[in-house]
Amino acid sequence: MAQELTTRASVELGTAHFKEANEQVRVALEHADVVELHCVYAQRYLGCAMPAGKRLEIHGTPGNDMACYMDGGAIEVFGNAQDQIGNTMNAGSVVIHGRCGDAAGYAMRGGEIFVRDGCGWRVGIHMKQYEQKCPAIVIGGDAGSFLGEYMAGGVIVLLGRPGEYLATGMHGGVIYLRSRLDEQDVPQGLVLEEVDEADKELLRDLLGRYNVAFADELGAPVADDGEGFWRLRPASSRPYASMYAS
Amino acid sequence: MLDYLLPRYKVERDRDLCVQCGVCERSCSNQVHRVDDDLGRVVVADYAACVNCQRCVVMCPTKAIAITRWPQVDSGSANWTLGSMQDIAKQAQTGAVLLSSMGNPEPYPIYWDHLLLNASQVTNPSIDPLREPMETRVLLGSRPGMLKVNEREHKLVSPMPPQIKLDVPLMFSAMSFGSVSLNTQMALAMAARELGTYFNTGEGGLHRDLEPYAANAIVQVASGRFGVDPHYLEAGAAIEIKIGQGAKPGIGGHLPGEKINAEVSRTRMIPQGTDAISPAPHHDIYSIEDLRQLIFSLKEATRYAKPILVKIAAVHNAAAIASGMARAGADIIVVDGFRGGTGAAPKRIRDNVGIPIELALAAVDQRLRDEGIRSTVSLVAAGSLRNSADVVRAIALGADAVYCASAALIALGCHQCGDCSSGKCNWGIATQRPELTRRLNPEVAAERVVNLIRGWNHEIQEMMGGMGINAIDSLRGNRLMLRGVGLNEKELEILGVKYAGE
Amino acid sequence: MQNRESLREGRVRIPSGCAIAGIMDRSGERHDGSDILKSIALMHDRGNGLGGGFAAYGIYPEYQDLYAFHIMYESRDARAETEAYLDKHFMSEKQERIPTESVGSIKNPPDIWRYFVAPHPMRLNMSGLDESEYTMQHVFHINGQIDGAFVASSGKNMGAFKGVGYPEDIGAFYRIQDYRAWAWTAHGRFPTNTPGWWGGAHPFTLLNWSVVHNGEISSYDANRRYVEQFGYDCELQTDTEVITYLFDLLSRRHGFSQEMAAHIMTASSWDDIDRMSPERAAFETALRATYSSALVNGPFSVILGSDEGLLALNDRLKLRALMVAEKGSLVYLASEQAAIEVVCPDAENVRSIDGGVPFVVQLDEVARRKRGESAENTPSAKPFKHEVGVLPRRRKEA
Repeated sequence: MAQELTTRASVELGTAHFKEANEQVRVALEHADVVELHCVYAQRYLGCAMPAGKRLEIHGTPGNDMACYMDGGAIEVFGNAQDQIGNTMNAGSVVIHGRCGDAAGYAMRGGEIFVRDGCGWRVGIHMKQYEQKCPAIVIGGDAGSFLGEYMAGGVIVLLGRPGEYLATGMHGGVIYLRSRLDEQDVPQGLVLEEVDEADKELLRDLLGRYNVAFADELGAPVADDGEGFWRLRPASSRPYASMYAS
Repeated sequence: MLDYLLPRYKVERDRDLCVQCGVCERSCSNQVHRVDDDLGRVVVADYAACVNCQRCVVMCPTKAIAITRWPQVDSGSANWTLGSMQDIAKQAQTGAVLLSSMGNPEPYPIYWDHLLLNASQVTNPSIDPLREPMETRVLLGSRPGMLKVNEREHKLVSPMPPQIKLDVPLMFSAMSFGSVSLNTQMALAMAARELGTYFNTGEGGLHRDLEPYAANAIVQVASGRFGVDPHYLEAGAAIEIKIGQGAKPGIGGHLPGEKINAEVSRTRMIPQGTDAISPAPHHDIYSIEDLRQLIFSLKEATRYAKPILVKIAAVHNAAAIASGMARAGADIIVVDGFRGGTGAAPKRIRDNVGIPIELALAAVDQRLRDEGIRSTVSLVAAGSLRNSADVVRAIALGADAVYCASAALIALGCHQCGDCSSGKCNWGIATQRPELTRRLNPEVAAERVVNLIRGWNHEIQEMMGGMGINAIDSLRGNRLMLRGVGLNEKELEILGVKYAGE
Repeated sequence: MQNRESLREGRVRIPSGCAIAGIMDRSGERHDGSDILKSIALMHDRGNGLGGGFAAYGIYPEYQDLYAFHIMYESRDARAETEAYLDKHFMSEKQERIPTESVGSIKNPPDIWRYFVAPHPMRLNMSGLDESEYTMQHVFHINGQIDGAFVASSGKNMGAFKGVGYPEDIGAFYRIQDYRAWAWTAHGRFPTNTPGWWGGAHPFTLLNWSVVHNGEISSYDANRRYVEQFGYDCELQTDTEVITYLFDLLSRRHGFSQEMAAHIMTASSWDDIDRMSPERAAFETALRATYSSALVNGPFSVILGSDEGLLALNDRLKLRALMVAEKGSLVYLASEQAAIEVVCPDAENVRSIDGGVPFVVQLDEVARRKRGESAENTPSAKPFKHEVGVLPRRRKEA
């Protein structure tokens, strides 16, 4: 307990400019492993490139590009998040007790984003994966259009409804949907299949952690056995192979 | 389907000189030459496969080979040329988008060739760079409009933003590992270190073998964010946000899966064999204020210790865009003209989109001055600088420094055949095939590039000396050192130069 | 002969060679113009009769708080228009024709007037500018917009006397021996072309600055395009003009000492900077990076006059000659040594000015005051701002 007390700090940001706010946060993180941020109003880049072993607990509304380039750190937001959270994130975890805006997880290579409610447009755009790095985004509510556009790797789990232009240009990774799409709604070049045992194991893990984070405030946990989910994946990792002639 | 495509080139072999050694066969990855064991001599197997890379011509020990144009006449129409009809034939067969490589080859005006340089006579002296100091060092970065100092203690009071230092007014523009071989990048990295300048990783990550050269690296962040992580951002001397490229404005990138081998995969941090697609826009930049957001995310990630370059293709509204970039916090603005090279671009884009760098550069420099912010930001011109005189012209029009890539590749052996996208580059440059990349020895290649740029820099010094200028600072934007020939009034107005004789 | 409008200085850029000279009494004691006349006259062959002039400091002690405008007119209309303009923006204490003497070699002189004025207080207040910025903008207006009028000088307790002719003739024309000044500078010009009018002669002045200069700088257009960003319109296209604007920008607006301004214009070489301590190198590097376009390149020697005293500067490679000598509280500067010795045969400490090293002579009282001041530069409080209107430009023009 004493250990924890010495590694916890608290900073109130108010309407401080992001440059000043991030400097304050960096200084606080030098002395503490967990930093609580209060009265946060739109400061960008919180948790930028934050390494493993460091954690931010954000009360308020963090600004765009939260957790950009994050490299192993953890962020929990008690409120809604704005646009481009987890931009080019490399590792770590983001938990949002609310909704998030557009383009969350853009070009994300590793780590996880759990969003209790819905998300904006173009979430998970150009997510990728590499060797042991396989990023995951779990969205509790509905998603805006273009979910998983250009997706090249990683996992998106959507508990609500997808918007339009789902997964256009997807050429890697997998999107799990709680409900089946009509045949004509399955985007060209993609394959919709029932989940298998391996998928269910992955879903159990992700949904289990979703419940750990949010079950209390939702009143009840979501079903985490993975039953009834559908898997959307690209038919080929080379969707544009025959598009060009030189 | 019957193939309507004709060969483009014909291989002429002087039978008297040919010694049947078979070097040509071994040097050609396109299998144009073949030693026929039955005939006991080298024959041309496939004219149609020849791309005119001239590797066999150079390698032939007796200089028995020359490549000529395919002698087929066209229809006689100046409108339906053979080339335009062959393009149609190709698309009729494949239904595909035509792919091309290297810079726009079409006969648009080359304004460099219409700008002549000045030299001192009588009223002020020319300076001999061999015997008097002649400074070509350039610093790139943003600056305050006004400094605050303590004059007595010779100390800075106001903070100075980070700068990168170039001993020659030229850097090597972005070419990613994947589009070019690691040996190519290695050669440019070694040359950059030797010359006191910078190479650019392109959007392909920084290969671990290049990390020793990271102090001379500009690391690029493009829309696909390949290879971008905190380590990569920290590694480079500066970070470049690539918005666009002169050869393909408004178009993303597409490195086909066959070029993503194990090393490329590791460096880009993507799986082997999948297509690497860079989206057309950055999906976190849909407006100028979003550019500011990305610029400052990179500054935050690197604690404001590195200048951020932002590169755009020269497009119609380049001047206004560049002004916005400066206001968005870009430290260095890069404008890439429409003749710039590429590893692969849709042919119609490469040949039809964008504007010449000379006009874009002049317009951007003037706009930044009209706005009173030119001296707070650095400006780099790119997009086919062919020799030292082009560099001098670019700086006199208003650039702080230039980027060049094609010229450096030509120093490495590139013969501008324009077949980069095939991945079969016989010079070991635009390929990942080990038997081809082996042909490019990085040490020897670096020496060729160093020789080239040393030669250019000396020529730049000679030209500056001729103008009576002993520091490149005084050449920048010094348009009185240029005079136009063969230009109309509008062109002169945009370039901001007088006509020769005026 | 008909004046060929297309060849007037300002329309074309005219390279020039020159003779320059300066005499100053540190104590502030004033001397008449006979010595400076004798000194510049000795260097007759460095000029070609197409330009000569003088600047004198301390000549109007009775009006020392007012701007003294010396204005040349080509026509009565130009004078009427200018005086109406001055009436609108300034309060005039006194105005008179500058006394001149007919000199045989001086042909077709313009009508030359002087005005002792203060900015109109209400208009000054409304402009949001400080007094000197306000005055400068109006001088730019007269020189740029009123046809046939040219402000030859606009400082306080100082004036420029210049024209087309040899300097000794111009001096006689203006009767400069009748004025008493604590600092004099002089210029004999060798333009390659006839400047076509009197405004192009030197010294060039602005507010309290006066510059006489020898040589053709090769950085001209880089310097011009730099200062034009900040509202300095280079009407005359001369080196002297752009050098004056650089001093005004760096010293008056950015608040550097004149010596530091001169150092910025002849920055340390990279070779030297590379040998400095890291901290000093960072200082010099920041100056070079920030003020890279203020570097003046090519051959020049300059004498800058101001209310502080004189500053002499040679280019970094010392491609022009400039000598200095002292006698008591008097300091002499000239392109050639004999031009000093002809007026002060027993001058001491005769030496040449080094390349790129500013030589500063201040009034004793100024030097005393400066010693007590902060060593940090203080930028001017109300800097130049680009005009912001309420209507789009097209509607304004329509």
